[in-house]
Amino acid sequence: MADVNRGNRPLSPHLTIYRPQLTSMSSILVRITGIAAFAMAFLVAWWLLAAATSPSAFGFIDGLLRSWFGDLVLLGATWAIYYHMLGRLRHVIWDFGYCLDVKTSENMAVGMLIAASGLTIVTAVAV
Amino acid sequence: MVQLTLPKNSRITTGKTWPKPDGATNVRKFQIYRWNPDDGKNPQVDTYFVDMDKCGPMILDALIKIKNEIDPTLTFRRSCREGICGSCAMNVDGINTLACIYGLDEVDGDVKIYPLPHMPVVKDLIPDLTHFYAQHASIMPWLETKTNRPAKEWKQSIEDRKKLDGLYECVMCASCSTSCPSYWWNSDRYLGPAALLHAYRWIIDSRDEATGERLDDLEDPFKLYRCHTIMNCAKTCPKGLNPAKAIANIKQMMVERQL
Repeated sequence: MADVNRGNRPLSPHLTIYRPQLTSMSSILVRITGIAAFAMAFLVAWWLLAAATSPSAFGFIDGLLRSWFGDLVLLGATWAIYYHMLGRLRHVIWDFGYCLDVKTSENMAVGMLIAASGLTIVTAVAV
Repeated sequence: MVQLTLPKNSRITTGKTWPKPDGATNVRKFQIYRWNPDDGKNPQVDTYFVDMDKCGPMILDALIKIKNEIDPTLTFRRSCREGICGSCAMNVDGINTLACIYGLDEVDGDVKIYPLPHMPVVKDLIPDLTHFYAQHASIMPWLETKTNRPAKEWKQSIEDRKKLDGLYECVMCASCSTSCPSYWWNSDRYLGPAALLHAYRWIIDSRDEATGERLDDLEDPFKLYRCHTIMNCAKTCPKGLNPAKAIANIKQMMVERQL
């Protein structure tokens, strides 16, 4: 993609000097959790495919997912899915024109962290 | 495109540390971005010490004091010193604001000052806003009418006039657009919060008769829809306006006109 022609002029610093904001961090986290959830879907697909392939193939991936490390990954993925879902829900609210002031958006950013963690704990306890 | 690191000629080096003022007891440290187009060097951050007992209350007061008393080569734009001209927009303590209406007491510790982010630098704290202004011009920032000119003025009800509040106050300082990560990565095609706020200001003006054309022009994957509601614009606007809401309103009108 073409950049704006700057001649020999330097580009002023951006990411490295801009103070992270609640809303911007929340926004990028929705994207990161989305990518994480997508990656997780491959693991689940692998698990299902292995179940249809052979007992040894299934044993390997099943053992991996059931180990403490697998538990940790799945717990993280659960949190990512909840956070991403809440983020998308927030976009729906915004698209209807609500909650677009700075204060409410910041509250939603914090609320999403709490809600995603709460839902993850509930899920972990239930499963 | 997303480029997280600065180009080679833009990487910042440590600059000069200027001497402390004699006999001052209440000294504050300022770290200011410098780039001189004539010496062929990379940008650098210079360190200045200002006597706070003999300095006005605003960031701009300190900058003017540095220019007057320490380093006359320090270059920045300023004019009205009361937040209405929009000239002295810069990045202070990690956020974009107008130096003239941002208090020195609002910053904790050392004061770090950079030009508006992700812009070509003309010199020191002066960014090149040519592209930014061209984007503003592209949204037709004027009243477009088709009916014949009325004998006196184009009338507007009090309610319709109220719709322009929170929009007409924009001074085009570019703080919002240059705070937006989406504008950083896509400023060649994404119009950015300032231009879109202005676009909305004319779209909802009851006297304007080109609403359809204005919306047609914005119906583009980049011009309007690169806004991901990151909200840096609304958070940083020195005038307390909310471009994110204006953009959301345009997106809503885009949907509503298809129903």
